[in-house]
Parts: sequence; C-alpha cells; structure tokens
Amino acid sequence: MTGNVAVLKFPGTNCDEETLRALRRHGLNARIVWHRDFVWREYDAIVIPGGFSYGDHLRAGVIAARTRAVEQVVEAALNEVPVLGICNGFQVLVEAGLLPGALIQNEHGRFTCKWVRTRVRNPKGPWLLLVSDKMVLDMPVAHAEGRYIIDEQEYVKLVGENPPLILYEDGWNPNGSMYSIAGVASGNGAILGLMPHPERAVEPELTPRGFNPGGKLIFESIYFALRNGW
Amino acid sequence: MSAMLFTVNVVISYKPSIRDPEGETIYRQLILKNNYSMVKNVRAGKFLRLLVEAESPEKAVEQVKQACLDLRIYNPVVHEIEVFLHDR
Repeated sequence: MTGNVAVLKFPGTNCDEETLRALRRHGLNARIVWHRDFVWREYDAIVIPGGFSYGDHLRAGVIAARTRAVEQVVEAALNEVPVLGICNGFQVLVEAGLLPGALIQNEHGRFTCKWVRTRVRNPKGPWLLLVSDKMVLDMPVAHAEGRYIIDEQEYVKLVGENPPLILYEDGWNPNGSMYSIAGVASGNGAILGLMPHPERAVEPELTPRGFNPGGKLIFESIYFALRNGW
Repeated sequence: MSAMLFTVNVVISYKPSIRDPEGETIYRQLILKNNYSMVKNVRAGKFLRLLVEAESPEKAVEQVKQACLDLRIYNPVVHEIEVFLHDR
C-alpha cells in the first residue's frame, strides 16, 4: 500500500464505500474520514466522493463548501496535494472556488443515471498521469445538478491556463453542459473535478457491453503519481 | 439607536440567459395544459426569509446582501437575487 488517501465524508455523502474500494483495489492506503476529523497534513491525496452532502439544501455542494474540512482542502490544494471531486465532490470544489464555473440543474430537469462516453483533452497531473491525449474514458453519470455553466470571460481564462478537460463525446452530453464539459482541472491537473463516477467504472465485470471501464486509469494514475512522489 | 428585528426576503433565480427546466415544466405541463394561456412565462427559484437584528431596515437589507455574497447563498455565475424587506 502506498499513499495515504482521504475519502472525505459529510452528512449525506453516499459514494464513500465504493470510492474507498476503488482506491484500495489499486493499491492505495485509503480511508474514509469524517469531515470533522479531517486534517489535511495527514494525507497525500484527497477525494471528495459523490452523494448529497447536507441534503443538497440550498444548492448541491454549497454548504459543504463552507465547512472547516473544505477550508482544509483548500489549504491542501494550495500546497499541491492532489484533490479529486467526484459528482457531489465536483460540486463542492466548484462552490469552494477551487474550480471555476457552476453546476446547475440538468437542462432536461430530471435526474440522469447512465453510462456516458468522455474524451480527455490535454491530460496531465496526478489523476490523469497514465491517460494519453484524446483517450476515450467511459463512466456512468448519476446526477440532477450536473449542467456545467461557465461565462465566456471565465472560460477564456480557464482555457488560457491549459488545464486537462474531460469532455462528453458528441451525442453523450447528458445534462446540457456548456462546451460539453464533464470534468475540469486546475492548470497543472492537481485539482480535478468530474461529474461521471470513476469509482463505478473500474471492473470489466460491471461494465456494460460496448463500454470500457474508464475509471480504472484514474485510480492507476494516482497510485503511480503518489508512488513516484508527486 | 437600539437594534430592532426585521424580516428580509431573498429570492434566488437563474439569470434570464440560463434555461430553467423547473419553470418550463410548471409552465408547459401545469399552466398551459390547464388553459391558463394568459400566463406567458414562469421562472422558478428559491426563497429564503431571514429574521435580522439591525439598527435600521436599510442596514438589515444591507447585511443580508453581504451574507448572500460572502456565504455564496447565490452563485453570481448563474443566479440573480432580489433582497427586500418583508412588508407586513
């Protein structure tokens, strides 16, 4: 086991066990950490898993984003600790201001739960270390508030930083996200947020016919990144 | 001047440029289907009512506006808010 990874749990988080399992399966020394007990210096990487933190009240992720634990995540991010936000975790990172834009109600107004096809553009950083440019990663989405919105000014600034982006392939955008954005990262890729669930796409046995288990490379990447001293 | 209690309303809604599926569904499936064709549009949003201690009604509204900004009660990328005194 290498790399201490925190899977941060808030009231309402419900993907922590699967995320823990996916991390451990890939050789990482992960554990679930209750938000009140979280101290960033104890970990080499942080994952905020999916769920409905604080019941999605007011807006998905916004209440968790104002907790002491997320202040710790911000401090960790400033110190180059890799941070991954999955689904509700992505919403938390956006609401905390660690990633730009906003995630709002799906354009069709419904909860959407299905496998989608994404393509990674400009992969770099610890979470996408083993992913090559334009690689296709299939993963399931499961969300009601996943429509990524960013205004033009912010988008120009974002693209200027040349970050990795995870984009829905044509015809696979499940929620009306602008620029087909499924996931977005900081300039060096250390902070990554994505709506699809990589932890649900690590076993070939549980991957539907016609899709690839696209989450696997993300967990393999963070394993290699931490082992080689990111 | 002694502090008094004021009730302040906050309405959070999507900017006009952002599609609002909840408002669209209420409009199409409830209002138009039941022959209220005089209604021309519906926008849904979120409503908060805050009880605030302040020296004046203006200060109460000002403090709520500041809280909405600081605590990100609305997201300026996608939302607009109205903050106003509850008139009783």
